[in-house]
Amino acid sequence: MEKRIRVLVAKPGLDGHDRGAKVVARALRDAGFEVIYTGIRLTPEQIAEAALQEDVNVVALSLLSGAHNTLFPRIVEIMKQKGIKDVLTIGGGVIPDADIPGLKAAGIAEVFTPGTPTEKIIEFIKANVK
Amino acid sequence: MDIVAELLNGSKLAISRAITAVENEYGDAVEILQKIYPHTGRAYVIGITGPPGAGKSTLTDKLTKEYRSRGKTVGIIAVDPSSPFSGGAILGDRIRMNELTMDEGVFIRSMATRGSLGGMSRKTAEAVKVLDAAGKDIIFIETVGVGQSEVDIVKAADTTLVVLVPGLGDDIQAIKAGILEIGDVFAINKADRDGVERLHIEIEMMLDLDQNETEWRPKITRTIASQNQGVVELVDSIEEHAAYMVKTGLIQKRRFARTRNEILTMLDEAIQAYLKKKVANSRFEALTEEVSQRKNDPYSAVKSILAEVLK
Ligand SMILES: Nc1nc2c(ncn2[C@@H]2O[C@H](COP(=O)(O)OP(=O)(O)O)[C@@H](O)[C@H]2O)c(=O)[nH]1
Ligand SMILES: [Mg+2]
Repeated sequence: MEKRIRVLVAKPGLDGHDRGAKVVARALRDAGFEVIYTGIRLTPEQIAEAALQEDVNVVALSLLSGAHNTLFPRIVEIMKQKGIKDVLTIGGGVIPDADIPGLKAAGIAEVFTPGTPTEKIIEFIKANVK
Repeated sequence: MDIVAELLNGSKLAISRAITAVENEYGDAVEILQKIYPHTGRAYVIGITGPPGAGKSTLTDKLTKEYRSRGKTVGIIAVDPSSPFSGGAILGDRIRMNELTMDEGVFIRSMATRGSLGGMSRKTAEAVKVLDAAGKDIIFIETVGVGQSEVDIVKAADTTLVVLVPGLGDDIQAIKAGILEIGDVFAINKADRDGVERLHIEIEMMLDLDQNETEWRPKITRTIASQNQGVVELVDSIEEHAAYMVKTGLIQKRRFARTRNEILTMLDEAIQAYLKKKVANSRFEALTEEVSQRKNDPYSAVKSILAEVLK
C-alpha cells in the first residue's frame, strides 16, 4: 500500500473568506495529496489539535488578516507541546518580506506570498516532507 | 514510545500514530492490532451513510454533542472518496465538526478510500479497533452511501443510520435501493425543506416491502441538523435499536458474522500471498501460455498448481 502525503490546510484568524485556501487545497489534491480541509476562523489550538488527530505530514496555513507574526509561531509552539514532530509547516497569504525571516526562525519552513504558482508549493512539499 | 501502552491510556498521539500504521500497513501494524485486540469489543459502533451533502457530518457533530451530554466519549472515522485521477482527496468533514476538536472526550480522524474499497473497509474496521481499545464508548463511521463498497464499510457497525434528504428527485431511487436494507434507523435531514412528507411515505413504503428477518421496524426521525433539531429524538431511536440488539442477542450474532468474515478475508489474502510466493511467476506464465494455446485448459491448470502447492 502506497503511503500518501497528508496535508492539513487551515485558516487561523478572523478574516472571512477562504478562496485562496480552497485553490491550494484543490491543487494539492490534484497532485495526489490527501488534504484535510478545516474551514475558516480556527484558533491555533484547534489547528494544532486537528494536526495531531489527523497525523498529517504537512500543515499549510493561510492568513490574510496580518496576524501571522503571532498566530503562525503559536501554532508551531502548540504542536511541539503536543509532541508532534516531523511535521512540515508552511504559510501563505499577504505577508511582508520583512516578516519572513522571523517566521522561518519560528519554525515556518517556507512562506508563499500571493501569486505564487501552486506548482511551487507542491514542489516544495515533495522536496521537504519528512 | 510504547504505542500500545500509550493508546490504551488514551494518548491521542498514540491513537493517531496507530491509525496511520494500520492505514499505511506499516510493519508494526499487525503487532499493534494483535496487542490491542483483547481490549476491543467494548465500544458501540454506529455507521452513518447517505448521499453526498445530506448533512451526515453536520449530524455527526450534533449526535456527538448529544452523546457527550449523556456522558459518553466518542470516536469518529470520516471516510471520503479519493480522486480516481490523482489518487488525492479533499477530506472536508472536519469543517462541520470544528467545535468538537477541543473536546478531550472526542477523537476525529478523516480517511480517504484510496485504491481498493475492499481494503478500505478492513482498514476502517481496524481504525475502529484502535479507537475502541483507546476507550471510546461510541464510535461513528461516516461514509458516503453511493456504492456497494461504501456500504461494506458501514457493515462494521452495530447500528446503521441512513440519512436521506427531501427533494433529491429520482436519482435517489438507486441510492435508496442500495442503502435502504442496511438502515436500522433513518433520518430525514433538512426537514426544513419541501417534500418531507413525500419522502417519509416513500421510505415507509419501501420498508413495508423489505422482507427483514427480524421484527425490528426501523424508525424514521426528521432532523434539521444545522439547527440541532430532532437530534435528541434521533439519539433516542439509535439507543432504542442498540437496546433491541442487546436484548435479542442479535448484537452477538452480528458481531460473530463480522468476525467470521474478517477471518475469512484475511485467510483469503494470506493464501493469495502464499500462492504468489510458492508458484514462480515463470511457471504461472508458462501455464497461461499453454492454456491460451489450447494445449491445456484452465481447470487442469488450477488443479496442477494446487497439487504442487499443497503437497
Ligand atoms: N437547510 C439545511 N441545511 C443543512 C442541514 N443539515 C446540514 N445542512 C447543510 O448541508 C451542507 C452539507 O452538509 P454536510 O454535513 O457537509 O453533508 P455530508 O456531505 O452529508 O457530510 C452544509 O452546508 C450544511 O450546513 C439541514 O438540516 N437543513
Ligand atoms: Mg461529510
